[in-house]
Amino acid sequence: MPSTGNDKTAAAADSTPAATPEENADVIVRFERVTKQFGELTVLRELDLEVTRGEKLAIIGPSGSGKSTLLRLLMTLERPTSGEIMVDGERLWHMERGGRVVDANEKHLRRMRGKVGFVFQHFNLFPHMSALRNVMEAPVRVRGMDGGAAEAHARELLDMVGLAEKADSHPSKLSGGQQQRVAIARALAMEPEVMCFDEVTSALDPELVGEVLTVLAELARSGNMTMLLVTHEMRFAREVSDRVAFFDKGQIAEYGSPEKIFTEPEQQRTRAFLRAVLEPR
Amino acid sequence: MWDWSYAAEILPDLFRALRVTVVATLLGIAMAMVLGLVLAIGRRSRRRVARAPAAAFVEFVRSTPLLVQLYFIFFVLPDLGLTLSPLTAGVIGLGLHYSAYTSEVYRAGIEGVPRGQWEAATALNFSARRTWTSVVLPQAVPAVVPALGNYLIAMFKDTPLLSAITVVELLNTAQELGSQTFRYVEPITIVGVLFLLLSLVSALLIRRLEARLAFNR
Amino acid sequence: MTLVASVSNIVERLLPGALLTAELTVVGSLLAAALALAAGLSLTARAMPVRAAARIYVEFFRGTSMLVQLFWLFFALPAFGVELSPLQAGILALGLNIGAYGAEVVRGAVIAVPKGQAEAAIALNMSPGLRMRRIILPQAVVAMLPPFGNLLIELLKSTALVSLVTLSDLTFRAQLLRSSTGETLEIFSVVLVMYFVMAYAITLGVRGLERRVSRGLDVGGSWKTS
Repeated sequence: MPSTGNDKTAAAADSTPAATPEENADVIVRFERVTKQFGELTVLRELDLEVTRGEKLAIIGPSGSGKSTLLRLLMTLERPTSGEIMVDGERLWHMERGGRVVDANEKHLRRMRGKVGFVFQHFNLFPHMSALRNVMEAPVRVRGMDGGAAEAHARELLDMVGLAEKADSHPSKLSGGQQQRVAIARALAMEPEVMCFDEVTSALDPELVGEVLTVLAELARSGNMTMLLVTHEMRFAREVSDRVAFFDKGQIAEYGSPEKIFTEPEQQRTRAFLRAVLEPR
Repeated sequence: MWDWSYAAEILPDLFRALRVTVVATLLGIAMAMVLGLVLAIGRRSRRRVARAPAAAFVEFVRSTPLLVQLYFIFFVLPDLGLTLSPLTAGVIGLGLHYSAYTSEVYRAGIEGVPRGQWEAATALNFSARRTWTSVVLPQAVPAVVPALGNYLIAMFKDTPLLSAITVVELLNTAQELGSQTFRYVEPITIVGVLFLLLSLVSALLIRRLEARLAFNR
Repeated sequence: MTLVASVSNIVERLLPGALLTAELTVVGSLLAAALALAAGLSLTARAMPVRAAARIYVEFFRGTSMLVQLFWLFFALPAFGVELSPLQAGILALGLNIGAYGAEVVRGAVIAVPKGQAEAAIALNMSPGLRMRRIILPQAVVAMLPPFGNLLIELLKSTALVSLVTLSDLTFRAQLLRSSTGETLEIFSVVLVMYFVMAYAITLGVRGLERRVSRGLDVGGSWKTS
């Protein structure tokens, strides 16, 4: 079987996404037996996942398989029913106090949350603020950045996503693709270590998808940003990601390099899914 | 500060006064429901002679205090030759005031009846009267019963204003008792609690009625 | 006396009362707004005791008659050692009562803001306070204005009740004037029109405010942009 890349990716190139502790190269996110239930419904089942720093992980799978929930748990928008999530070596929902492990307090959560960024399917831009203010608001109000510096930084980011001249426009005046690009700039402004992209092109008209994918591809290419992308854009996933995880019924059914998953998937259900998704083209 | 024996002593007087309050409310809401419907239908009339005065009446009544309207009815009408008992004047005042609100409620209900219903009635050659009585109102009115119920509760809470035109109702009975013994805490608190209890119970009954109606549709 | 002369004479005599009515409306509405905001936000709080306390306040003051509340503050409170002037009792009753209705308006408007806004704010690591102040409330305010406009008119109408605790507002002076001159029809007609004019002024004011707020309000601007 052709192996790709260097040692650490080779070690994780088989189908288990969690490497053994000794081979623990800079893991930035770890899910340990994470289960999430909403009432009677179990959305994630004893999930194990490791993401290394700088990795671009594409998460694909049928609707309702738990992909978005995975990201939302990381962003603390939901809380796991059981299991542990580790970010940068520290527990997310628990902390150590006097040698014991207790529930995390607000201060700990805020600190951990600052390491993660999130871009939503429906953008969620603040409608009462201009694009520039959307991007500046958190750096100034949360990180206490100086107004002038925050503005300069925000303009830089807007320029990077190709919207420099739309800085003073309100979201209602922007197209879906433009809004999503502003949303990406807004998330980046907080300089997180891990970025979550939750089906960020699924709510866009087809002709607007490309401009957002371009930004994402550029982001993947240029930085050491760790990126988790839940997406239905298979071609994009294949081109941009280092690893692909195929989700089904709350668990990772298959995991590996893009080449492997897309050309020689091991599982029947992976094949069935890919066939259904890639066929009508 | 609180004398239980005194409280028990005054309860019979207060309950007697409560009867007046309840009677005033029931008569008042009956009038408001009928007059409100008339106003609502009037506002939808094609003739300006009916529409304009109805709209003006509703706007004016909704923008001015009930208390002043009560004074108007109680003091002005005798000058014009019509002398009314305080309770009658009070009921008319409540009825007129709240008809402005109920007319808006009916309007919403009538407007909620799909246009197609009106067109079907026309196609079946119904007279205007039959259209209203057989098609529109049976659909409009049940939908707005909860809102009407809320105004019943609101009117109930407004009955103390009748004391200003010398109706012996719950609050001024309490005041009277208080001024006799200089103990105001018990009477007024009991009155407050009675209002609260009756409003809460009525609200519950209305919600039940709402659920029953929703179920039947 | 001609009709115009008699009417303008009545208006002149009633004007001080109208002024007091306006004063009561303004001060009462400030108190009501403050209570509505505090209680309304408390109704959406995560802590159950906070929610419960706010709920009790709202149900109590909505479920009892304002006149009863006014009388209780004026007649019953002295027994507990607190003596309020008619003015104080009036403002308190107006504020507490209308504030309770306002709390429901605030609550409704806040929970109507799309959930995604709160989530975006959480994702940007904003504290709950910052979220509410900078993101949720500015968006909720637009939805609050029309119902608040109605409540403001309710408050104006309710000020007439203070005449029953001998406060010299418009209604009280009208009663006085009636008992001294007996021109009932003219007096009460003028009074009704004066209230109507004030209510209309409020309606216009709120409509103007609604227009300004919905014009894509950029809240704050408290840091300098070059």
